[in-house]
Amino acid sequence: MSVDLSQFIPSFLEESFEGLELMESSLLNLEQGDDETINSIFRAAHSIKGGAGTFGFNHVTEFTHLVETLLDEMRDGRRNIDPDDVELLLESVDCMRLLIEAIRDESECNSEKIAENSRLLRQTLASSGSVISEVVTINVDELATENNNDMTTWQIKFIPEHHLVQTGNDPLLLFNALADLGEITVVANAKELPALNDIDAEELYLSWCLTLRSNASEDDIKEVFEWVEDECELILIKEENVKLSKISVDVSSAEGVSDESTLSELCVSSSKIATNTPEPSQKNNVDKPAGKSKNDLGSIRVGVDKVDSLINLVGELVITQSMLSELGNDFDLSKVERLNAGLEQLLQNTKELQESVMRIRMLPISFAFNRFPRLVHDLSKKTGKEIELILKGEQTELDKTVMEQIGDPLVHLVRNAVDHGIESAQVRLANGKPEKGTIILDAYHQGGSIVIEISDDGGGIDRQAVFNKALEKGLVDESTTLTDSQVFDLIFEPGFSTAKELSDISGRGVGMDVVKQNIQSLGGRIQVESEQGKGSTFRVNLPLTLAILDGQLVRVGREVYIIPLITIVESLQPQKTLINRVSGDMLLYRLREDNVPVIPIYQLFNIPCEFEHIERCLLVVVEADGQKIGLMVDDLLAQQQVVIKSLNDNYQQVEGVSGATILGDGSVAMILDVPGIITMALSKAQSNQQNQSHVTPSISAGVIS
Amino acid sequence: MIQVLVVDDSNSIRDMVSFTLKSAGYETVEAKDGQDGLNKAQNGTFDLVISDVNMPIMDGITLCQELRKLPTFKFTPILMLTTESSGDMKMRGKAAGATGWLVKPFNPEKLLATIKRVVR
Repeated sequence: MSVDLSQFIPSFLEESFEGLELMESSLLNLEQGDDETINSIFRAAHSIKGGAGTFGFNHVTEFTHLVETLLDEMRDGRRNIDPDDVELLLESVDCMRLLIEAIRDESECNSEKIAENSRLLRQTLASSGSVISEVVTINVDELATENNNDMTTWQIKFIPEHHLVQTGNDPLLLFNALADLGEITVVANAKELPALNDIDAEELYLSWCLTLRSNASEDDIKEVFEWVEDECELILIKEENVKLSKISVDVSSAEGVSDESTLSELCVSSSKIATNTPEPSQKNNVDKPAGKSKNDLGSIRVGVDKVDSLINLVGELVITQSMLSELGNDFDLSKVERLNAGLEQLLQNTKELQESVMRIRMLPISFAFNRFPRLVHDLSKKTGKEIELILKGEQTELDKTVMEQIGDPLVHLVRNAVDHGIESAQVRLANGKPEKGTIILDAYHQGGSIVIEISDDGGGIDRQAVFNKALEKGLVDESTTLTDSQVFDLIFEPGFSTAKELSDISGRGVGMDVVKQNIQSLGGRIQVESEQGKGSTFRVNLPLTLAILDGQLVRVGREVYIIPLITIVESLQPQKTLINRVSGDMLLYRLREDNVPVIPIYQLFNIPCEFEHIERCLLVVVEADGQKIGLMVDDLLAQQQVVIKSLNDNYQQVEGVSGATILGDGSVAMILDVPGIITMALSKAQSNQQNQSHVTPSISAGVIS
Repeated sequence: MIQVLVVDDSNSIRDMVSFTLKSAGYETVEAKDGQDGLNKAQNGTFDLVISDVNMPIMDGITLCQELRKLPTFKFTPILMLTTESSGDMKMRGKAAGATGWLVKPFNPEKLLATIKRVVR
């Protein structure tokens, strides 16, 4: 019978990655004599090795075996926990990750790095005189073909100890297993059987003489008795070669047990140092795109409590449904009150069900945070700065998709904090700060969104340097007066960097703009606060989920659009005195100290509307990218949560629209892409500027033709 | 129907053992560590226990010792599923009352063949 286990490969991979993360975080916190931590690291390596062996991923098994051996020595106290060893183990975890990623992506991995790492592991193990047992993968088929095909007759004498059955072994089943090997005759010997009154039902008094005619080898037969060899006298005689087996009989009867060495050969050891490392293959070092392979189905592990509550809610929903349909059978006005109550209940059920379903996609942010201890550890080694990383709010939950996409931007921000934020020890001491720098990663919920803060107690952002750089790049002019936050926002401009020296950690200042873009594409925003000499805080605001959006419904003509609530600053009725018309059709609305460009939605999408004049319209002021614009709409409707349907999947990408949703009455409404609309307006304004050739550097100066 | 209790802290190993057993017509109950296994053992009857050795909370050796203290598990076959095939580990298993051991890497055919030695 053949059992195909390949369907379990994805869950093995997922589990392995979790195991590697655990190994990494535990290694970073490892202290001398912390047995439980070492044990859990060992366990993780052990599971990976076991699983990899099952699926025949032999290079993973071999490599992990070395790691496991080293960990085993630490666990047993044969080896002290040396920082260099921990460093080596951390590198090894990286290698294991590479190997397992290669399996997932069905690609080749950097085998030079792995060969080098296994060399170091061997060297470390050898330095303490350890013996690395070789991993022997047992292949049952191979063993079977190695047997010679000649039929042999075996005489087997099996004298079990009386308590044999108390460990769950059953002689009859052993004989069944023998019968699978060939023809068997069984003769029982009952001469030790005591008188009936003296019989203890839990003891075994019989012994047996068996004759087996089979082509099986001695090892095969002994394997059947493998588990009971310590609890019985076992004599094997090969009939065809009486002389030889006599000797083996003598040996085994002298020791009272059968030959141990054949057994151990079968299982593992062979005390020579394994030398076959994965061959470095130069030819296949082409990086495959890191896309999702077929082994990465993107599963979510969901707590049973979440599923249970879901089932509960569905149960309630069914009750409500049956109540309502019964009500509908012979409805009259006297039942209106009950109908209302039923509908109210339905609303409640739906809301709870929605929340529960959304909770399934939620994972604690520790999934995104857990890579940072290692990152900071490595960076602080590289830069020679001593840094303490504090993680807070790790249990704050966030949608899985958002989590996956926020990882890279966060890495960038943390790298920056280490590289540009925290000063060198001398500078810190000179400024009366503790030598050790601190970086804090914090996450918490605020309203309908999640806030992630990355703060450092470093030098802060040099306002003047940023301003000078912006001047140099032509982003501002000398006369512009900017608030602190406006100045700090300049660091998110493309190609902006104030670092005096380039470093290989944070790159060349490209990136902050990408960070901002990534965060915006998730529907979030980033702000920075900084105080010179005290440190900086980057605050990232993200929606809890990408599947549902809090929206403001607005009407333009006969169309309904949805504006994401998170982008709305305020809605107002325009006052005539505050409207300025500049160059042609361009309108600016004076909102306190800002001049906000006005964008009529009917013009944007070229649709008929009720009011063309701004005085009769409503203005919804939205903000993205630090830029405010006023969207001109006919009417404000309700605020509600809407389910986002992708336009890409169902139709095609439309400029200015980020998606669609279905409203209560069944009609489709477009969700406005506020950053997109601003970009559209800006590029339009720019082409106008080029046409009119009077360039004004301020962005808010001219929008809309 | 033969009831098997499968105890392993690794989801994937547990799933695979369970899948292999089910495909051969056995019924399985899964437990994620020794303590979980012991709780499940106390609330059911089993014809066979297959347990990992190295697990958090309660390891397989302790589980074996605890199970042998239960009257219903006095004669029940208990197999240790482990990569640690050293003589020492086997001795510890046997001393704790284990029936036998299965050496990982886990091979489905071999698992089924071996189980036949302890259950009817």
